Amino acid sequence: MIKKFIHQFASPKTYLYQVNRFYPYIFYSSLVIYIISLIWGLFFTPEDFVQGNSYRIIYLHVPASFLSQSLYLAMAVASVTYLVWRVKLAAYLIIAIAPIGAMTTFIALISGSIWGIPTWGTWWQWDARITSTLILFIMYLGLISLHNSFSNFEKADKLTSWLVIIGAVNIPIIKKSVDWWSTLHQSASITLTEKPTIDVLMLYPLIGSIIGFLGLITCLVLTSSKYQILIREKTKSWIRDYV
Amino acid sequence: MNQIRKKRLYNILLVSLFSVSGISLILYSLNSNLDYFFTPTELKEQNISSDKRIKIGGMVLEGSVFRNDSNISFTVTDYESFVKVEFKGIVPDLFQEGSGVVALGYLNDEVFYAEEVLAKHDENYMPPNIEINNDS
Repeated sequence: MIKKFIHQFASPKTYLYQVNRFYPYIFYSSLVIYIISLIWGLFFTPEDFVQGNSYRIIYLHVPASFLSQSLYLAMAVASVTYLVWRVKLAAYLIIAIAPIGAMTTFIALISGSIWGIPTWGTWWQWDARITSTLILFIMYLGLISLHNSFSNFEKADKLTSWLVIIGAVNIPIIKKSVDWWSTLHQSASITLTEKPTIDVLMLYPLIGSIIGFLGLITCLVLTSSKYQILIREKTKSWIRDYV
Repeated sequence: MNQIRKKRLYNILLVSLFSVSGISLILYSLNSNLDYFFTPTELKEQNISSDKRIKIGGMVLEGSVFRNDSNISFTVTDYESFVKVEFKGIVPDLFQEGSGVVALGYLNDEVFYAEEVLAKHDENYMPPNIEINNDS
């Protein structure tokens, strides 16, 4: 039964119709969650004991950084799915995610720089965390341009998938960079194993902002994947009915 | 899973293995070069010539900050070793005793002459009225 479900869902047609069905629910609920978390975080949380108000950029920086890495992992999963099972939808998803991953990484870098000026006294330093995140950004751009450089879609999909898999090694490096080397960037405040080192009053809106941002970015990915399907399947008869 | 798919999966695992081991070797050989700064203890252990521009990092020792016009001197410590730092210029707002700092400059006769001082923030976020109760 699970196999049948996957088979159905992997068909671009079913995917498109299911996405259209659930899209508004995901979009409006995550929009509401993100806006509430932002208002909560910006106006109803106390100041930080050393940073004052400037820490509030965390409600954009942390969700964006989290998503920049998660989207890459999603691309890696899609790449394996495409290379092993030749699921076309997975290939569409890779190239649908890449520009959005680049965007979230860019937001993470910019918001981090803005925070760095009042906190560290500099907007850019070549420490391991910042540099590995910049590499992630460049890798997203590289994947997009690699895919665009082929006129043959199948070739583009295959090579892009391989590059995604090879580059996936960067993700644990970004994650662990603050533990393996001395960096200017602080280590994680929220970990799976230990008590958060961020006060609960600031933590709840942060979790809300991560969930809300995740939902909003998911919606962007869904829209972008719909666009990919429309381009790549444009010769199919069902597309004409759909449009 | 049929044979072709199994083979493809093995190929992917092989490629990832190569990718991971290649990068690990690079990182392993670069190891300490990827460190953003030296801690005072590392500075004691290694002989670094005075014409080499380096970064040191650690905590600003409590009660060690002295200001004189725009000159500021303080001691950086990892609570094992200590390095005295001299700096002329403006330090970031978050620079304070007992918190993290990174300084860029030259080490000369046990004194570090800094050209640039950055504040390092730690992972603790809390409102002002709550006492710090972690042991770091």
